[in-house]
Amino acid sequence: MKKSTALALVACVALAACGSGDDRNFDKSTEYGPNPKLPEPSRGLLPKMNVPKVVGWQGETPTVPQGFRIEALATGLANPRNVYPLANGDLLVIESKKEATEPIERPKRPVMAWVESKAHGGSGGGPSNRILLLRAAASGKPAAQSVLIDHLNSPFGVVLVGDALYVADTDAILRFPFKAGDTQVGGAPAKVVDLPAGPINHHWTKSLTASPDGSKLYVGVGSNSNAMERGLDEETNRAAIWEVDPQTGAFKVFASGLRNPNGLTFYPGSNVLWAVVNERDELGPNLVPDYMTSVKPGAFYGWPFSYWGQHEDPRVRPQQPDRVKAAIPPDYGLSSHVAPLGLAFYTGSAFPAQFDGGAFVGEHGSWNRPDLNGYKVVFIRFENGRPVGQPMDFVTGFVKDGKARGRPVGVAVDRAGALIVADDVGNTVWRVSSSAATP
Amino acid sequence: MAEAFRHKESGVAAVAPSLYLLLFPIPVVCFLGALATDLAYSASAYLMWLHFSEWLIAAGLAFGVLAALALLIEFLARPVIRRGGVGWAHLALFYGALVVELINALIHTIDGWTAVVPTGMTLSIVGAVLALAAAGTLFRVPMVGVARREVMP
Repeated sequence: MKKSTALALVACVALAACGSGDDRNFDKSTEYGPNPKLPEPSRGLLPKMNVPKVVGWQGETPTVPQGFRIEALATGLANPRNVYPLANGDLLVIESKKEATEPIERPKRPVMAWVESKAHGGSGGGPSNRILLLRAAASGKPAAQSVLIDHLNSPFGVVLVGDALYVADTDAILRFPFKAGDTQVGGAPAKVVDLPAGPINHHWTKSLTASPDGSKLYVGVGSNSNAMERGLDEETNRAAIWEVDPQTGAFKVFASGLRNPNGLTFYPGSNVLWAVVNERDELGPNLVPDYMTSVKPGAFYGWPFSYWGQHEDPRVRPQQPDRVKAAIPPDYGLSSHVAPLGLAFYTGSAFPAQFDGGAFVGEHGSWNRPDLNGYKVVFIRFENGRPVGQPMDFVTGFVKDGKARGRPVGVAVDRAGALIVADDVGNTVWRVSSSAATP
Repeated sequence: MAEAFRHKESGVAAVAPSLYLLLFPIPVVCFLGALATDLAYSASAYLMWLHFSEWLIAAGLAFGVLAALALLIEFLARPVIRRGGVGWAHLALFYGALVVELINALIHTIDGWTAVVPTGMTLSIVGAVLALAAAGTLFRVPMVGVARREVMP
């Protein structure tokens, strides 16, 4: 297990070997798609971890398939987490950091916080929590970079509806007067609605989108824990997608039981909302698969009481059999611990036909299994609005020789049909274009 | 008795109370406390009790490791303790309790019910029994501060 910085706790050394032995023989391809194989929960004495050292790109780039090329649009950023292309060709880059420190209610917390900071490396010393505007240039390389909005509170989701730019800070949705082409927002923001944040604020990224007609906002609010180990009171209206009226701020829970929903996006030309969801940890290296799913209004997807439909989580008390019975399985397994945080459907015309309407998923990757999973952008083909087949690796090379050079997060398709990828550990925004087309 | 007297006559460390005797009760009390809070958690599923158990086991281990080092030094510095089985039995029981509680600490990092039921609580029982048994043998170990009670009733 290479240089798994495996853990401060005195002991790990001798004990890490315990637990199930079959992890590496597990056929990962059985974890993809609508009916992933779900092994029995098995944790061992310690959750298996492998935290890659962060080394950065050092002038190199990720790898893309033949027929594509990749270039850095912007480097030296401070934790770029999300990207939002505008109709005029400009690109918004959302730099964001978690600011809250979680209370230490158990000895495990400081150890986990340390592991997490290890996995993230130094991550850019400059100011973060702001939105940059990259002005388009004919060559593809941006001509200018300016700060559009500063001093935000861990922003993540943005969506432009008409002349209103909605920004999902970790604690509220804000509305700024802005339209494509502007280089400055037209004044102070109005608060649309408060979102659940501190003092714990475990899953802090609030993904945001608008319904196709712009009349409703949808915001992802992740859970405050792995598997409700902070109690049910801390989870009020969390692990859910909210539907928000942008005019009044009135909201209702649109769907629930989604541990950490991100990448909220309506399927092009439809009224079907999709999301990628980070499932729970510490039930074994090959459990529970993270997933991509269409989100049915009012549906309950299990968290924390059950996973992948009605598989009960043995750790959660009190159990709620009635809720478990109501839980529905998601659409498409992405395999365990890939940490999907970005989702974009291909709406351009520059890529080959098989990409039309398919999904790009930014997999941040996580350390909750011995062989690293995620740390790449995958593509999943769609037919008739439904995912088909196995995911295909699209942007890779984020890990090399067991060391992390970057970690992909938000993904988007720009006006020219290129794929934009935010890389919050490499502190870079990447652009993948077809090498057949002229730039 | 004879050993204790000779021990005293030798004058080794008779001036200072044993550091070991100061440290040893802390892990014993912590491990007993963790067993109590494990029982409380298993009866209520109230997470505060699980957190109590985790901190108690962690504190017990921290002081337990210091105590284990002090005991090792006593063993090396005072041949009289190494003679006869009771010193070794005490050491084995105490070190055994620490090993069990170390594993217990890891089991207790599970997020919720299965941190305690059934494995965590089982280990808490075993660890507490070993620690109590170690405490029971302590008074027969010829050690400064302990032996005096036997020779001067």
